Amino acid sequence: MEFDLWAQLPSVLPEVGLTTLAIVVLFADIYGSPAARRQVGTLSAIGMTLLALTPLIWQPDPALFEYGVLLWGGMVNYDPLSQIFKVMLLLAGAVTCLMAAGEKGVGDKGEFYLIVIVATLGGLMMSSASDLILVFVALETLSIPLYMLASFRRGDQRSAESGMKYFLYGAFASAIMLFGFSLLYGFTGTTNLAGIATALGAGPGDNLIAVMTALVMVVVGFGFKISAVPFHFWTPDVYEGAPTPVTAFVSVSSKAASFALLLRFLTAVFPADLLIAGVVIQDFWVNLLVVVSVVSMTLGNVVALRQSNIKRLLAYSSIAQAGYTLIGVAALQGLNDSLAVASVSFYMFMYIFTNLLVFGGVILFISATDSEEISDLAGLNRRSPWLALFITVGLLSLGGIPPTAGFFGKFFLFQAAVNANLVGLALIAVTNAIIALYYYLVVIKVMYVDVGPDDDKPIVLPRNYAWSLGITTLVVVLLGTIAVTPIYDWAALGAAGL
Amino acid sequence: MVSTGFSVLTAIIFIPIIAGVVILFLDRKNRDLVRGIGVTAASAALALSLAVFFGYDNYVKQAGGLLETQAAMLASGAELSGTQMFVDALAFEQRVVWVESLGIAYHVGVDGVSAPMVLLTGMVAVAGVLISWNIQDRLREFMAVFMFLVAGVFGVFIAVDLFMLFFFYELAIFPMYLLIAGWGWVKLREYAAMKLTLYILVGSVFALVGAVAMYFAAGDYFSGAGADVLRVAVDGGILPPDSGAYSWSIVHLTLAAENGAFAIDILGIAGLNFAKFWFPFMFLGFGVLAGVFPFHNWSPDGHVAAPTAVSMIHAGVLMKVGAFAALRCGMQLLPEGADTHLPWMVFLTLINVVYGALIAFRQRDFKYVIGFSSVSHMGLVSMGWATMNQTGMTGAGIQMFSHGAMTALFFGVVGMVYDRAHTRDIPSLGGFMKVMPWVGIAFVIGGLTSMGMPGLSGFIAEFPIFQGMWAASEQITLQLGGFQLSNYYSVLVVIAALGIVITAAYVLRVAGQVFFGEFDAERFHDVGNIEMTDRIVLIILGAPLIILGLYPPIMAPMIESGIRPLIALLGGG
Repeated sequence: MEFDLWAQLPSVLPEVGLTTLAIVVLFADIYGSPAARRQVGTLSAIGMTLLALTPLIWQPDPALFEYGVLLWGGMVNYDPLSQIFKVMLLLAGAVTCLMAAGEKGVGDKGEFYLIVIVATLGGLMMSSASDLILVFVALETLSIPLYMLASFRRGDQRSAESGMKYFLYGAFASAIMLFGFSLLYGFTGTTNLAGIATALGAGPGDNLIAVMTALVMVVVGFGFKISAVPFHFWTPDVYEGAPTPVTAFVSVSSKAASFALLLRFLTAVFPADLLIAGVVIQDFWVNLLVVVSVVSMTLGNVVALRQSNIKRLLAYSSIAQAGYTLIGVAALQGLNDSLAVASVSFYMFMYIFTNLLVFGGVILFISATDSEEISDLAGLNRRSPWLALFITVGLLSLGGIPPTAGFFGKFFLFQAAVNANLVGLALIAVTNAIIALYYYLVVIKVMYVDVGPDDDKPIVLPRNYAWSLGITTLVVVLLGTIAVTPIYDWAALGAAGL
Repeated sequence: MVSTGFSVLTAIIFIPIIAGVVILFLDRKNRDLVRGIGVTAASAALALSLAVFFGYDNYVKQAGGLLETQAAMLASGAELSGTQMFVDALAFEQRVVWVESLGIAYHVGVDGVSAPMVLLTGMVAVAGVLISWNIQDRLREFMAVFMFLVAGVFGVFIAVDLFMLFFFYELAIFPMYLLIAGWGWVKLREYAAMKLTLYILVGSVFALVGAVAMYFAAGDYFSGAGADVLRVAVDGGILPPDSGAYSWSIVHLTLAAENGAFAIDILGIAGLNFAKFWFPFMFLGFGVLAGVFPFHNWSPDGHVAAPTAVSMIHAGVLMKVGAFAALRCGMQLLPEGADTHLPWMVFLTLINVVYGALIAFRQRDFKYVIGFSSVSHMGLVSMGWATMNQTGMTGAGIQMFSHGAMTALFFGVVGMVYDRAHTRDIPSLGGFMKVMPWVGIAFVIGGLTSMGMPGLSGFIAEFPIFQGMWAASEQITLQLGGFQLSNYYSVLVVIAALGIVITAAYVLRVAGQVFFGEFDAERFHDVGNIEMTDRIVLIILGAPLIILGLYPPIMAPMIESGIRPLIALLGGG
């Protein structure tokens, strides 16, 4: 096929833009005047917001993505699924940059934004990768900057420890995943995801156990990235030790990009019609994911009940949220897989904004009180009514209460599960949603009901936070009311390209 | 019938929401403006709900109106279509597609059962704002959250889309939590608020899973065997022209239920009938909020811990939300399950009635008496549903309104006494008739209503329920394996009547001790009469009890017309 640059360029336009932005930020930080340097964060945020428009403007041609269109030598997928994830990852990066701007020792260093941009670049590549090589490169492009970010406060022991832990666990998980990749390559002789499926199906069928082992190894790698149980051990420590803006970024970006890739990987490499020695491989990974999902949400929620540190609480809550989202991936076995794909995409879309909202509020709270204890949130409603309201909306969305986005997010997941005949899983999930609501409500209660010693000392809401939190709150509420339809329909398109 | 045009019901939902948001943006020191906006919004909602009530009343009674249509249908002897009757009964409809690909729509409308409930919500909303006039702590937040609560409750009553019903149901729960935890009775509030929230949510999320299962079962039916049924319904104007096979519309699901879409085996297990399996989830799931035994435990604590306005809306309206949703989503959509399960669930309702009354009799705390009396009276509502006949269910519909106004009045009375006497301990109160005659008279009126005295609304409600029980006795049998129980409803009704006797006993006891008897002038020297706002509250809530009692045709025919489609669906006459 003749190589047509102009036809292929739109598929990687955001990536090209991000690389350019990274270079601009680097130079602005090194050669800019002190006044200009202070604006690097704003520059990065604006840049990423503008780049988030490019996937909307250059949409893939519906006539092509019926069968998925591979560009750049079969490396890159150009389909609605990758587009929606690119938009959410770019917006997540932009909001992170805005929220980090006031953080001492983090937001006042230009290289912070550079690393966030590079990590986002990795996430973008993950959401469209369709070749084992690119999958791995993208994964590392996302992960390595995150290790650096976790230990960004070099002088702080907790931050350094957090970065080290994250790195060690992460390197280990990457190695296992890479081993799985190499097995798959060894069996099939190709690195193209769809090509692997074809070769596996055509093979002699005597390598069933080995293929399943490879599958499990890959799932382990993903399990680490999305912090699913039993690969979650790093999560609470890293979340607690890392600077809070970094925690916010880690909790959303790496998770969203990994879910995009997980959806694509499982449907491309182990599709429903793949039989090896008469065994339907899909049944195997669906059951595997059901177990991981149940264990993740149950353990995450139950342990979260006992937390007194707000960042650890959110860490366990994010483990549980990964469990919920896995329901949507397991529901891919249903007849109507667009429900499953749409539920996962929508959940991640709303989760990014919701979690950033909660963390944004927490950042502000921590910098005002110098405490991470939930009990010190007491009387926040009196000290800053707006801050308390923002955090409340975020927590309600995590808990799945209307009119916030979380209600629809959870509803779509449960619907996908019932459609895929996973009624039992849906019932377990709703039970978990109740447990989760308990600890979210406790935090809200502390803010609104409890009386603290500093009740009469108001917390001032800086302007950049007022804007970023206000807009995020608005997005969370809109995603739960009138903006559901466009986002959901867009997310449902994603199934067509798989 | 269905239009995308603006409906007055939309205004009823959105006025409180907008008021709540506006109040959040006000200066917290500007208490007068906060109260002013609150009372204006609630009054506007009340005025509109009065318009809806009387508009619907006219729709039912006018020449060629719903009553005549239904009577002609019944007389014709043709086979009745419950779906058709339900669609005919809906008025003030508005439908705007929300999530098209999933068949979710913003679809509002009222029928004969929900129109009185809308009015009740409006009444209690105004009363709640007025009785909270002098709240000292964070009035702004209180008022805003109260407005959101009111909007959520309105939403459930007027939803014609099952998804929307859930949306508003859950929307109402969080404000409830915050109001009780933040402004309730200090000793109990955190525990009670959390208990209440979790109980109600557990019920509703299980019901939600059931609803999702119904959605797919109905959709599978309409895209397969029932494609013709769907086309006929669309051509006949029962469903809107853009209806797909999968839809959350209650009309759509009712049509599926009537045509046997839910008479399937689930998970391929023979004998595990879909309707029979999911009915307990739907009926008891919502029944939790209606206080059905053994899931009533949250309710007395919740009522007692809540601030007065919230107790009023909670016992007065929110418990009816549960009973209403159990009717709409349980009995209407899974009539086959109702036939199977209600004959045993009636025992639960009996326990509600008698046990609730007995516990109420034993309480020393004034507010707990009222809390348990709610459990007892809501048992009568569920008992009315369990009769599955026209008389009993109409009685239950009236009881929802009657008890709503009555119990809100009771909680208002308790709040007024407690605010001035600073105690709710019944033995230490006494002679309050002298210092606050208005409150005393209101309590007596409410008390007589709860005993079911003729001339008050309680009689109009309770008598048909008992009559319906008696009539149902010959039709309903309970099959338990090889054992068959028949004619037992007549026994239950006798026992239930005993509950009314106990009710009379505790009402008279409380009235005698609190409002008559010796007044301790020394201890209660600073207790004065009530203010103008409080008097308005008592009138708003007390007057309907008398009006309805003296002139039942103001509401009874309407509720009757709303029950008829259900009877047709349940397959009885």
